[in-house]
Amino acid sequence: MKIIVDQDKCVASGQCVTAAADVFDQRDEDGIVVLLTDNPPEDLAADVHQAAAVCPALAIVVED
Amino acid sequence: MSVLVVGASAAGLTTVEALRRKGYREPITVLGAEWHPPYDRPPLSKQFLCGDWDEARTRLRPDTMLSALDAEFVLGDSAVSLDADRKLVQTAAGRSLTADAVVIATGLTPRSLPGPDLQGVHVLRTLDDAAALRKDLVESERLVVVGDGVLGAEVAATARRLGLAVTLAGPQATPLEAQLGPTVGGLLSELHRAQGVDLRLGAAVTGLRAVDGRVSGVQLADGDVLPADVVVVALGAAPATEWLEGSGLRLDNGVVCDANCRAADGIYAAGDVARWQHDDSLVRLENRTNATEQAICVAGNILGDHQPYRPIPYFWTDQFAVKIQVHGRPSADAEVTVAEGNVADGRFIAHYHRDGRLVAVLGWNLPKQTRVHREHLVRA
Repeated sequence: MKIIVDQDKCVASGQCVTAAADVFDQRDEDGIVVLLTDNPPEDLAADVHQAAAVCPALAIVVED
Repeated sequence: MSVLVVGASAAGLTTVEALRRKGYREPITVLGAEWHPPYDRPPLSKQFLCGDWDEARTRLRPDTMLSALDAEFVLGDSAVSLDADRKLVQTAAGRSLTADAVVIATGLTPRSLPGPDLQGVHVLRTLDDAAALRKDLVESERLVVVGDGVLGAEVAATARRLGLAVTLAGPQATPLEAQLGPTVGGLLSELHRAQGVDLRLGAAVTGLRAVDGRVSGVQLADGDVLPADVVVVALGAAPATEWLEGSGLRLDNGVVCDANCRAADGIYAAGDVARWQHDDSLVRLENRTNATEQAICVAGNILGDHQPYRPIPYFWTDQFAVKIQVHGRPSADAEVTVAEGNVADGRFIAHYHRDGRLVAVLGWNLPKQTRVHREHLVRA
């Protein structure tokens, strides 16, 4: 699994952190997404896919 | 089994993606009224309108990802009728489409002002609307925005960035007051004034003035005329359900659905057009996040989840350098208290209480902390 985030598209909703807090975080100053790991363990796959699905800017792409 | 999704915007596309992600491998058809492949709407009043993003950047997914969904996208054709019993959709181009499950995701139609069509008068809903507005804005000097909700305020802010003289006219005492109340509305008034927007609030617009078929001004009830080269009408929008008249579905400010977003046997609705049973009332939400979350719920229910849709609503708006984020269901009459940060610093979080209960949290330039405060709502 590989994760790509587009910080320019990100709208800082934090929905991804709510879905997968071990993989995504937000910058303190503006809330833009920060990837904690771009290749997380497989047991987080469902959470990561959920995060990509609920992102209101579709700024997260997951490649299996 | 087959699925037909009517509407190729965020809710429609998300339905398809969620069906595939949940393992559904059978045929899906997506009918879209516009020729454009699915694109995102929030950037239309901001990044796209100001020129930071081109059309390609507004795409929801690149062609490679759309192809991988293995769905048939029928674009540039709109639904004109539905026979709910037969699950049969007729289109403007003469197609007859049927499926075992139909998802209605046709969104909204913006309201316009009565009167003849005039050059220089715009609504903003589609990519083509936004492109036409942008073209007019960059050649103009004076914009009047009619409507003081989210869209009107965002367009006003973007046009100021483009260097236009901007007047924001609307019926409320402060921008977004109906949604966010007078406290936050007052702060928005201060923000817009500080950025040079001429606010004409509490003003009823009675019509448009024109010279040679082109708009020249906006007439107010008090007799004033606001001169304009361009006018944006942002007076809200109505659910796009005209094509469903006579379908057998219940239409009342949207497609009326049960708690599981089901309008009839095998027929579902998602996004701006859907009005579903939520606790004791029917609720319809017009925001980007709802399009996604409701579509995911609908996809699951098509596949037999039997899950009620119970979101914590979320919307955001970006105006000048301010990002406002709202979780929950605020209202103009709620009691508003600052829970973190302070207003004077331009970074704070407000809690909205109604009948002693926390109903919403609002962040003003504090995105990360706003998400943390959302947890208070989950517990409430």
